[in-house]
Amino acid sequence: MNLHEYQAKQILRSGNITTPRGIAAASVDAAVAAAVELGGMAWVVKAQIHAGGRGKVGGVKVVKSLDDVRAMATSLLGTLLVTNQNAPDGQPVNQLLVEETLPIARELYLSLLVDRETERVAIVASAAGGMDIEEVAHATPEKVLTEICDPLLGVQDFQCRALAFALELTGEAYKDFCRLLPALYRVFMANDLSLLEINPLIVTSDNRVLPLDCKMSIEDNALYRHKDLAALRDDSQIDAKEAAANAANVNYVALTGNIGCMVNGAGLAMATMDLIQLEGGTPANFLDVGGGATPETVAQGFKIILLDPNVRAVLINIFGGIVRCDVIAEGIIQAVKEVGVKVPVIVRLEGTNAELGRTLLAESGLAILAAESLTQAAKLAVEKAQ
Amino acid sequence: MSILVNQHTKVICQGFTGKQGSFHSEQAIAYGTQMVGGVTPGKGGQTHLNLPVFNTVRDAVRQTGAQATMIYVPAAFAADSILEAANAGIEVIVCITEGIPVLDMLNVKAALRANGARLIGPNCPGIITSGECKIGIMPGAIHQKGKIGIVSRSGTLTYEAVYQTSQLGLGQSTCVGIGGDPIKGLDFIDCLQMFEADPQTEAVILVGEIGGSREEEAAEYIRSNMKKPVAAYIAGRTAPKGKRMGHAGAIIAGGAGTADAKIRALEAAGVVIAQSPAGLGEAVQAALAAR
Repeated sequence: MNLHEYQAKQILRSGNITTPRGIAAASVDAAVAAAVELGGMAWVVKAQIHAGGRGKVGGVKVVKSLDDVRAMATSLLGTLLVTNQNAPDGQPVNQLLVEETLPIARELYLSLLVDRETERVAIVASAAGGMDIEEVAHATPEKVLTEICDPLLGVQDFQCRALAFALELTGEAYKDFCRLLPALYRVFMANDLSLLEINPLIVTSDNRVLPLDCKMSIEDNALYRHKDLAALRDDSQIDAKEAAANAANVNYVALTGNIGCMVNGAGLAMATMDLIQLEGGTPANFLDVGGGATPETVAQGFKIILLDPNVRAVLINIFGGIVRCDVIAEGIIQAVKEVGVKVPVIVRLEGTNAELGRTLLAESGLAILAAESLTQAAKLAVEKAQ
Repeated sequence: MSILVNQHTKVICQGFTGKQGSFHSEQAIAYGTQMVGGVTPGKGGQTHLNLPVFNTVRDAVRQTGAQATMIYVPAAFAADSILEAANAGIEVIVCITEGIPVLDMLNVKAALRANGARLIGPNCPGIITSGECKIGIMPGAIHQKGKIGIVSRSGTLTYEAVYQTSQLGLGQSTCVGIGGDPIKGLDFIDCLQMFEADPQTEAVILVGEIGGSREEEAAEYIRSNMKKPVAAYIAGRTAPKGKRMGHAGAIIAGGAGTADAKIRALEAAGVVIAQSPAGLGEAVQAALAAR
């Protein structure tokens, strides 16, 4: 689950980390009031969306009068901001963050993440801040510094020093950085984060270190023990179909094709998408109804797939293991009747009682095509979707 | 022969008296698994499915000599259950539970490195040695004793591989579902190493998916260490970047972990690639015939 920048910075502050002073605002008047409260001669107005690349498309601007704060807030709030990271759909701007401006001497990059290769938390830093770290890593891998943390010990002082020296920090900035890193590690662990990215981490002209931006992702599996963080979920930032699937506890990812897929098991669901493409079609979605599919989850899956107007055919691929295929077939028949499916439905059932399941589908009198094999099912779906 | 578990393996179930634990313990017993009891804290001394219930894994091991455990405990408590099993001296720990927080698994893995117990999963279908011992949620009936070893990150794709190899009369030695989480117990290389050493196994099917680089590492291992033929299928060629595809570990992060990169690495190591999950059986047959 992703957080907005203003939420992430609030969490940093509760971890005793100094951030630029800022106030979130959901209306034009609130944005102006925020600027007044912060004081000073200039402010940064930042659109709050769950995507980077905001600066390049006018989502982040320095303004020098309250009139400009008002104008900027008016032009951003309620619009869809399309950046290179969320194109082509964009995301709605419902909140702004109004912040004080700071004199920037240098921009660094810093992030903490779970590294699956070492099975530890990794700290990644670079002197090339403000840029896409993946591009930096690709073009100039020597500019990316990594420290791996021992889960028993956490980040150690020597690691902080090593990074601070490598980033050529001195004086107060060096001290700030060496205090910041353990604090960030504590925030990361205490909130079950999967990513904490600060890009840029700035060195000010008076040699202090501060997070200018902050991106946080909380691991979904750990949300059960962070009710306060779970409440920060913003479904306006994700695809409406994916939000509906989340609410129904279904694993769904919206894609751009026209063949809706419903499959049991994540691996088989991906394999089904691949097979559709192999046969010359395009999948409309990824949908895993779970290893143990039931008639209820099948009905739920149909409802979500059919929220997508592009869907021209639905391919159901179920390997009945513990769950019998005849039970699944009954679930499909019931769901097709109940939901009122108007597009062709192609079903491939294999495993326990598959033959019986296919017979039930054939005798249902509904427009359900029972395929004999996985390959035939994909071929049929591609044909029907054309 | 087989790997990790066989007809002599004494198995307990953690979360024994729960709905999932009860159902799958019954299935395991029906398959012929040597179930010797189970653990549910607070229900020690009771009898469930005609087997003794213990309060702790330590008690269960002491009184039954259990060597393996299957864990059907909710995600919030499963990491602790793994550690309890390891501490009690269980050799093979199979954790079916999905949704254990990754930072919990980070600590579990650090503890297991010092302990030496072998963990399968979490978020996996389990392990089965065909005709001998079933520890997990896989449908026993599709399995057939034979010569193909299977190691897979996906549950239902494992069933596809099993079903096809049974249909072709090849059968399976042992099938290990290593699970879909980014941080897990046994990985491809651990299983490949055991299959290579197992006389019953004549060829191996590897089923991978997007995310991480364990398939690439497995390819390197196969190239330099394996004499037995290997066939593979990698799911997720059409998966978009940066999206988690059901499994916690199935995500192309920063352009790394794509299906194409994995397929290229495996192909370069002489592995026969199935282009479709429907071709897994034929691919391993082709790999066998090529030797």
